Amino acid sequence: MPGKLKVKIVAGRHLPVMDRASDLTDAFVEVKFGNTTFKTDVYLKSLNPQWNSEWFKFEVDDEDLQDEPLQITVLDHDTYSANDAIGKVYIDIDPLLYSEAATVISGWFPIYDTIHGIRGEINVVVKVDLFNDLNRFRQSSCGVKFFCTTSIPKCYRAVIIHGFVEELVVNEDPEYQWIDRIRTPRASNEARQRLISLMSGELQRKIGLKVLEMRGNAVVGYLQCFDLEGESGLVVRAIGTACTLDKLSSPAAFLPACNSPSKEMKEIPFNEDPNPNTHSSGPSTPLKNQTYSFSPSKSYSRQSSSSDTDLSLTPKTGMGSGSAGKEGGPFKALLRQQTQSALEQREFPFFTLTAFPPGFLVHVGGVVSARSVKLLDRIHNPDEPETRDAWWAEIRQEIKSHAKALGCHAVVGYSESTSICEEVCILSASGTAAVLNPRFLQDGTVEGCLEQRLEENVSTRCGFCHIPYDELNMPFPAHLTYCYNCRKQKVPDVLFTTIDLPTDATVIGKGCLIQARLCRLKKKAQAEANATAISNLLPFMEYEVHTQLMNKLKLKGMNALFGLRIQITVGENMLMGLASATGVYLAALPTPGGIQIAGKTPNDGSYEQHISHMQKKINDTIAKNKELYEINPPEISEEIIGSPIPEPRQRSRLLRSQSESSDEVTELDLSHGKKDAFVLEIDDTDAMEDVHSLLTDVPPPSGFYSCNTEIMPGINNWTSEIQMFTSVRVIRLSSLNLTNQALNKNFNDLCENLLKSLYFKLRSMIPCCLCHVNFTVSLPEDELIQVTVTAVAITFDKNQALQTTKTPVEKSLQRASTDNEELLQFPLELCSDSLPSHPFPPVKAVTVEKASPVGDGNFRNRSAPPCANSTVGVVKMTPLSFIPGAKITKYLGIINMFFIRETTSLREEGGVSGFLHAFIAEVFAMVRAHVAALGGNAVVSYIMKQCVFMENPNKNQAQCLINVSGDAVVFVRESDLEVVSSQQPTTNCQSSCTEGEVTT
Amino acid sequence: MTSELDIFVGNTTLIDEDVYRLWLDGYSVTDAVALRVRSGILEQTGATAAVLQSDTMDHYRTFHMLERLLHAPPKLLHQLIFQIPPSRQALLIERYYAFDEAFVREVLGKKLSKGTKKDLDDISTKTGITLKSCRRQFDNFKRVFKVVEEMRGSLVDNIQQHFLLSDRLARDYAAIVFFANNRFETGKKKLQYLSFGDFAFCAELMIQNWTLGAVGEAPIDPDSQMDDMDMDLDKEFLQDLKELKVLVADKDLLDLHKSLVCTALRGKLGVFSEMEANFKNLSRGLVNVAAKLTHNKDVRDLFVDLVEKFVEPCRSDHWPLSDVRFFLNQYSASVHSLDGFRHQALWDRYMGTLRGCLLRLYHD
Repeated sequence: MPGKLKVKIVAGRHLPVMDRASDLTDAFVEVKFGNTTFKTDVYLKSLNPQWNSEWFKFEVDDEDLQDEPLQITVLDHDTYSANDAIGKVYIDIDPLLYSEAATVISGWFPIYDTIHGIRGEINVVVKVDLFNDLNRFRQSSCGVKFFCTTSIPKCYRAVIIHGFVEELVVNEDPEYQWIDRIRTPRASNEARQRLISLMSGELQRKIGLKVLEMRGNAVVGYLQCFDLEGESGLVVRAIGTACTLDKLSSPAAFLPACNSPSKEMKEIPFNEDPNPNTHSSGPSTPLKNQTYSFSPSKSYSRQSSSSDTDLSLTPKTGMGSGSAGKEGGPFKALLRQQTQSALEQREFPFFTLTAFPPGFLVHVGGVVSARSVKLLDRIHNPDEPETRDAWWAEIRQEIKSHAKALGCHAVVGYSESTSICEEVCILSASGTAAVLNPRFLQDGTVEGCLEQRLEENVSTRCGFCHIPYDELNMPFPAHLTYCYNCRKQKVPDVLFTTIDLPTDATVIGKGCLIQARLCRLKKKAQAEANATAISNLLPFMEYEVHTQLMNKLKLKGMNALFGLRIQITVGENMLMGLASATGVYLAALPTPGGIQIAGKTPNDGSYEQHISHMQKKINDTIAKNKELYEINPPEISEEIIGSPIPEPRQRSRLLRSQSESSDEVTELDLSHGKKDAFVLEIDDTDAMEDVHSLLTDVPPPSGFYSCNTEIMPGINNWTSEIQMFTSVRVIRLSSLNLTNQALNKNFNDLCENLLKSLYFKLRSMIPCCLCHVNFTVSLPEDELIQVTVTAVAITFDKNQALQTTKTPVEKSLQRASTDNEELLQFPLELCSDSLPSHPFPPVKAVTVEKASPVGDGNFRNRSAPPCANSTVGVVKMTPLSFIPGAKITKYLGIINMFFIRETTSLREEGGVSGFLHAFIAEVFAMVRAHVAALGGNAVVSYIMKQCVFMENPNKNQAQCLINVSGDAVVFVRESDLEVVSSQQPTTNCQSSCTEGEVTT
Repeated sequence: MTSELDIFVGNTTLIDEDVYRLWLDGYSVTDAVALRVRSGILEQTGATAAVLQSDTMDHYRTFHMLERLLHAPPKLLHQLIFQIPPSRQALLIERYYAFDEAFVREVLGKKLSKGTKKDLDDISTKTGITLKSCRRQFDNFKRVFKVVEEMRGSLVDNIQQHFLLSDRLARDYAAIVFFANNRFETGKKKLQYLSFGDFAFCAELMIQNWTLGAVGEAPIDPDSQMDDMDMDLDKEFLQDLKELKVLVADKDLLDLHKSLVCTALRGKLGVFSEMEANFKNLSRGLVNVAAKLTHNKDVRDLFVDLVEKFVEPCRSDHWPLSDVRFFLNQYSASVHSLDGFRHQALWDRYMGTLRGCLLRLYHD
């Protein structure tokens, strides 16, 4: 008996009226865990019952503790008929199972009903006594910590990063069982919610076991997803990165840092090794390797029958052979061997992390991705989900070989996703091929020989840009130059990655969100014909998405993409592609050339004129963008850099290798041509449209920036005002005569208008940056396109936003000095009136932050005393892994919640918009309540993984499923840390500062 | 391409004060968008009309969802669905319960019943306030009335506690509730020149001095159906006011009173002769008002009577306000020197309040 779960039901409030006669409710509560149920007394005639129950005790296995949710049902007692359910609360008790997280769950939880939404709140206290020794502990995976955050959590140190863990479990979807025909929608929804909760628990436990096998103690970058396969079942799958983490206990590590997360990264004490970038030669390019495989007969082992673009299944480059190196060759080989040995023990050397401890990332090869179209079939034996496992294994194998082709042994920023329409499913995986420093991957076996070689390029911050592959045996034709930073190694002309911008990378100017959007019509078809059609379309889509990205990047005058995420969504009669990434100008890469337009009919005068007009427009746009994003790279004459093109002798070899694979790369050859002549050929109206669409993207209004990475390169003075939001739009396409162009335009307008709306809504936060902008596209019905966006808007201090072209060292120095200035000036400016006689100690300066909006909004102390005593604590939510101006002091466990909401009175609830608006607000409320009950005050790395919306307006019905997750944390304002340490009275200052503040 | 669904949900609920005002003013989304366009917001922000439409819809939806909570403001504080900073919560509540002067003048003193609600159409037409806004304001009055009706203790405190209004607004609501409860007539043509502020001022004085709560008489048995402490006038006091009649009925007393006042004011009043000529009429008017207050009907006509019997005669003689003040002070004080008059305390309780009211009511 390894655990005792104790639950106490304290009280309820704001309950709905269940008895029309008395306008009151006779409420009682059922507490269920596993198969045991307890009940409270009935509290008669009250909407605010005080049950104050005894402690209900459940004696359970720790396996159950991990799998089962605690289920609390509030009911209305009825003497003569069946008791009416008011609603339920599911509490995941997992956070109580590991020692460093929460010790008690206590607070007000919204009582949720899948038909009526939130109906009042209930106050519950939950505790767990684990009376087992550590060994016993280890049999179930109770002690393993989970983090959604895709970097090493802020108050931990990574001892070893073990690598990829994955698991999936399948079950029948209750919605599709025969019993669903006779039970109520409520019962069906609850069965589904409960099942998914159970499956998530089981999945997490199984992943935990794998982590323990690897001798890790935590999973970082944990991503769990549901595939609603309809008839064929329900799949819950998860991936993550197993690590051994050490809690940073020394308070010295929590020196008040600046707002910049890059600073926080540096607290991770890997600094004894200032720059472990090794010096192997070689550039990299952003070529994406793709494979489209469709196994026509279901569940066969992998065969890439239709993979005409498969570059890398048979890697032509002799990896690790070191045969054709230049100066860095032998060492490169050595490094490769070491990394290889560290990584090849692993089946999949993948990492779901997107940000890394300094020195972890040695080189980045480029984005690797693989997709595969599958036909869903019923999962016959849920305990043996072999087909689904095999499908993913196939894809991962491909990713691995793609990475190899790029001369890399690992894939970072790895993620997996699916898109399902009826019985067709597209599985996708993508990541960034990389060479890693093996010292983090296993216990110090290879450190010795490596570290001797590390000193050489301590000063450069460009190592990750250098190509990891062999320049004479490049897997694809790339345009290499010597690194603009160190001038020693080769770099590609553009770099695409799925990771966050490394903190030590030197960036010129600011970054911006770049999206490629694409629709392709497809004939409606059944089963295999459908799958084949999709498989055939995929390469073209990838190609076009890629071209768009490249064009837009050039148009912005930038040379690298981070956080690239390409989503392909399948619908009945179309495919949608949406790629989002953050473009930046990396100082190490060459200046991007412009875009040259070439017409096909050179003799026509007016046409020529038109072309030249377009050319001018494009050139103007580029120039404008450079100004907008402050891209002013230092002018370097060609002589200093040397010829960017390899020597003639090498060139011939290069060309030879190019021709070898020419038939395969024609489509993907996106880096062709000289850098100054990126030629767009306008040979038909389509191309014309494309060029036009390039120019229609409007830059955000002044004062706004946006990116889909954690933070915006070039901005590092965030204030503490944040606003996380979700926005959903659905448009109905006019069904007649849809063409690809019309579709593209509709889709493009949808996204652009959505962004415009966001900028307008958040205008009061200017200057502000939308960070971690995450678009999701789905095609719920024939003519419907749904776009869901979640992001966080963060304001920054404009006055200090100008330090852009500095190297990181200078940057941090300057930060330090501005910090000091801040310390001296701010409080004096703001507080001098109220504290005339009180010389303000400079240390206190940061308390100004306290005065600036503490919650997500502004907490001005207006002269309205009655509202000052609000009892609801503020819980911040953010998709980022950090909170600006604050220090995360404790991780309380992951939040992983799944809700279904259904209505049969859609019009009465304000139509689809009213329905979904209310539901999302309720989901936020439930997340906040759970975090608050755990003792936390924020959710970081928050993500809405699924928002499946279905409507049937004719029947006045709608249903929505939402799945969200994140890490519950406790954070402390840096200013508060200061206050604690310096023990100064600050209230005066705060109140006076508060007055002067601007309302949002 | 039509937008089927378009929503924005922030972790912190976004509140746009301008849109909130438009919503409170009862404009439809279309009208609100048009008004916003006219305000020049498109030029300022570079947004499009479609963006504005979507934004307005979003805010309206939010307000619609919040409205249920605004009906019981403490719920807004404790609810978990909308995360709203306290300052914003206060703003939402305060604005929601704010009312239009033009509207309140129409319903002040009327019974807050269905019947009155039916008249809202006319009020809307007359005042130019949208029907929707009229309904909200009327329902607010009624809701506050219902909640505090049965409550004991200070009216203002009760309102503040249950509706979390600012002090100023709570006082206004106390006046509205007080007027509605006592059904004072305020709509007569001759009362049109009075503002809500004038009435609210009088209401406050009356609550302070003429109600049960004013004399601090706590009922001995809390279960007994006592009059509401602050809402109802002190019946006993009204009954006693009959005793004042002697001041005008007894000719000697009246003459003595007049001579006392005239002696004291001679040379100090610009309108002395008019005062002297009118003294008996004025005094009769004021004392008769008091004596009649036992009848509910006459209570309702209190303000009509005051204006008719005092304000208008003085105004027609062009008394300056300062003279009115001099006169009323002397008029009240002189009674203390009337040896034959035994109801000094009663007189002070009556006249003290009335003097304040009259001074406030005396303007053009």
